[in-house]
Amino acid sequence: MIERSPFFNFVTYLAMAIGAFLVVIPFWITLVAGSQSLQEVSRVPINLWPSSHLWENLQVAWARADLGPKMINSFIVAIGVTVGKIVLASLSAFAIVFFNFRGRMISFWAIFITLMLPLEVRIVPTYAIAANALLPFQAILDVTGISWAVNALSGVQVSLNWNLLNSYTGLILPLVATATGTFLYRQFFMTIPDELVEASKMDGAKPLEFFVDVLIPLSRTNMLALATIMFVSSWNQYLWPLLVTTDRANFGTVVMQLKALIPAQNGTPDWNVTMAGALIIMLPPLLVVAFMQRWFVRGLISRDK
Amino acid sequence: MSQISIKGVKKSYGKSQVVHGVDVEIEAGEFVVILGPSGCGKSTLLRMIAGLEGISAGEISIGGKVVNDLEPRERGCAMVFQNYALYPHMTVRQNIGYSLKVARVPKAERDARVMAVAKSVGLETFLDRRPGELSGGQRQRVAMARAMVREPKVFLFDEPFSNLDAKLRVAMRAEVRRLHRDLGVTSVFVTHDQIEAMTLADKLIIMNAGNVEQVGRPTEVYNNPASRFVADFIGSPAMNLFDGEFDAEGQFLYGKGGRMAVPLLNGVRSPGRKVVLGVRPESVRRIGADAHGAIPAVVDYVEELGASRLIHAEANGSRFVAVDTDMTEITSGMPVHLSIDGTALHLFSAEDGRRITH
Amino acid sequence: MERTAYYRNSVLPWLLLAPQLLLVLVFFYWPTSQALYWAFTLEQPWGGGNAWVGLQNFLNIFRDNAYWATVLRSGLYALVTTGLSMSVALILASFVDRSLKGTKFFQSVYVWPYAIAAPAAGVAFRFIFAPESGLVGSLNEIWPGLWNPAINGGQALLMVMVCHAWLGIGYNFIFFLAALQMIPRSINEAGAMDGARPLRRIFDLQLPLIAPTAFFLLIMNIISSFTDSFGLIDTMTEGGPYGQTEVMVYKIYFDGFKTLDYSGAAAQSIVLMFIVIGLTFIQFKWVERRVHYH
Repeated sequence: MIERSPFFNFVTYLAMAIGAFLVVIPFWITLVAGSQSLQEVSRVPINLWPSSHLWENLQVAWARADLGPKMINSFIVAIGVTVGKIVLASLSAFAIVFFNFRGRMISFWAIFITLMLPLEVRIVPTYAIAANALLPFQAILDVTGISWAVNALSGVQVSLNWNLLNSYTGLILPLVATATGTFLYRQFFMTIPDELVEASKMDGAKPLEFFVDVLIPLSRTNMLALATIMFVSSWNQYLWPLLVTTDRANFGTVVMQLKALIPAQNGTPDWNVTMAGALIIMLPPLLVVAFMQRWFVRGLISRDK
Repeated sequence: MSQISIKGVKKSYGKSQVVHGVDVEIEAGEFVVILGPSGCGKSTLLRMIAGLEGISAGEISIGGKVVNDLEPRERGCAMVFQNYALYPHMTVRQNIGYSLKVARVPKAERDARVMAVAKSVGLETFLDRRPGELSGGQRQRVAMARAMVREPKVFLFDEPFSNLDAKLRVAMRAEVRRLHRDLGVTSVFVTHDQIEAMTLADKLIIMNAGNVEQVGRPTEVYNNPASRFVADFIGSPAMNLFDGEFDAEGQFLYGKGGRMAVPLLNGVRSPGRKVVLGVRPESVRRIGADAHGAIPAVVDYVEELGASRLIHAEANGSRFVAVDTDMTEITSGMPVHLSIDGTALHLFSAEDGRRITH
Repeated sequence: MERTAYYRNSVLPWLLLAPQLLLVLVFFYWPTSQALYWAFTLEQPWGGGNAWVGLQNFLNIFRDNAYWATVLRSGLYALVTTGLSMSVALILASFVDRSLKGTKFFQSVYVWPYAIAAPAAGVAFRFIFAPESGLVGSLNEIWPGLWNPAINGGQALLMVMVCHAWLGIGYNFIFFLAALQMIPRSINEAGAMDGARPLRRIFDLQLPLIAPTAFFLLIMNIISSFTDSFGLIDTMTEGGPYGQTEVMVYKIYFDGFKTLDYSGAAAQSIVLMFIVIGLTFIQFKWVERRVHYH
């Protein structure tokens, strides 16, 4: 380092400490408030030191927001999305990068354009499709006249219907249907040297063997990064689960329950319970990020190329 | 008075010390080359002169002023970096003129100076390009022009040619020599390439493992290497080195039963003394079998160099390399006879590797 | 970059692509085209399908002052959250880039907000900013009635924006630090040898060199301010008081799912899509102008 003056170092540490303070203070307050009694949390000004009621608050919050089953749902969705994304993304990136076939560029763009529009932007029509995921196929049958033909020939009214509302498939599939993972895998596959493909051809490996024996092991870091990113982002989903689960008791996720924990306008201001609940809900993705930091940071950055 | 004076300088990172106390005086206008294998601390030493690394112990002064606590900008040195370190977002003109801009030199003067320097290195037609649009050699020139434009007291070069191909390297070497002759600025040049070092240096500093092994003119270092390391490091092909000891008659015993009469001072040849004997390949000759003192050897392989060739041979369990100009047919496995020029022997202590005068 | 070693096979790649293409078709292309269809049609009140109304839905929203207020508010929201989050992250990244001892610890802490769900942060910040609680609310002890985001729209918006900016610090920090660390150290050293002081080097060397990353982040932050704001607003203010924290996505949600005006919501979605596509397009164009060091 060039400017080694103690003063400049001091300024650096001071700035970093202030930054850490800014970042940590919401977590700290959540923890502190979550550990206090109703009386303590209502004090003005509040005491910024943890108290002894954390465990009981956690229990109250757990029961009030029915977090047990909701946790299971959240894990099912987060793991479902993560696994689904990794499998689909690696397969399609493999096809796009390593095969020369008619329609390669069209498939590439068809998938990558989806990067442009986040789910939130097209939420209304996506909701409609969740009510019947087979609607597009019905439309294709109708437009091409196949429905009419089938009806005329056999008298059967073709009506495809697959309702995704209140189901894990409905929660998971639309989140899997974007290109983030595919893009990440493509970026990685592009760095695989041609010689490696040629060597495996010389060794007599078929495409799928190359994929399983060479690409999958090489992309392990990549996979960890994608897994972290996907786990966090799907755990934290809010708008989509809110819409697609009308049956909250059975299919709600923990993040949806946050609102139910907020004290009512004229009810008891038991923010201590709210914050204890928030703590539980924040924790899983925070732990994942803290432990996987090294890998996921690399993965996140490789998107930007 | 010396321009740069380095006294007892040490550098450590945490517990590991990489420079173990260096003392060197560099005269004004001198071209000094620091030569050593990678990791020997030569770049670290250069960067300590530049002010890019802190000095853990000792003292560096430039122009009589101690600079230990000065920032790089206050030391009056300019540096040419190994990877050029050009500013990729600036044009050649901006790259060269940046230091003047920082120093608030008026625009007209700045432009004139940039133009003058650009002309002296043949860059005047490239001033509006960016580094990305230049070839390796051109980038190298920009880096030198950027250092020259400030008219510094000292030029520092950190392995500046290591990214160039062999031909360009020779050309740039000539150019650096010419610039130094014209400008006469004290220069410190770091490299691991001994030919570069020998051809450029007024004074050579050989470093190894954080220590200075020898300081001297290139011919001096070549003819009188101060240590076994220097003897081995300088010269290509490398010097023949034989571990051995003297017997009661003062003969040198080496390898498996090898025995050599050496014309050395008696005081040096004390019986049982363990030494390393060195002789350069050009002082090893192929001679007739019946000649006096001939060492019978078996050819291992021959390296043809065109005008001469190197014979790698084995005798008494030791390897010999000889330069041979007699181009009669020689093949692997052939017996030959070698003789050693007794006036060109180097002797080093087996314990600390220092030269033993004889 | 194009590779030269390929597999030639006309069936296998399609099989590999099929799952992803099907999902994209069903959950992306169909809904998007559906939105277009709805935007130009109006559902009949008592069944009978949709009637073609041309640009009527767009004219309706463009004539609605409440809509324009939402658009302007979204613009302000984007500007403030992006500016705040990116500048804090950049400052932290510049200091972390000095790599002093112990920096690793700070570095990992700064990433934490990335892991937090927007609604969770929303709840925590709602408490921090609650007028009755003992944090920011303490101000009311000194100046009674000074702080109450429940009735003061400006304060409510400020509270949401601060939270949003906080959430973005982790992501922005990661990218800024990576970009700074990608700059060869010797360039900074060359700047120091050329006589530039640290601050000067930041402005003359580092900032221009990380400009592409900064631009990428700018676009990502703006898009996120449009999309990720939903969870925050829904847990913190529900668009209130008096709709003064309603941004575009929230209004789409509200009109589409609360007042069931699909056509109006679809038209708004189309507008938002165009904005986001436009921003992404600019980003793609810019990426090609990336700086290369060697």
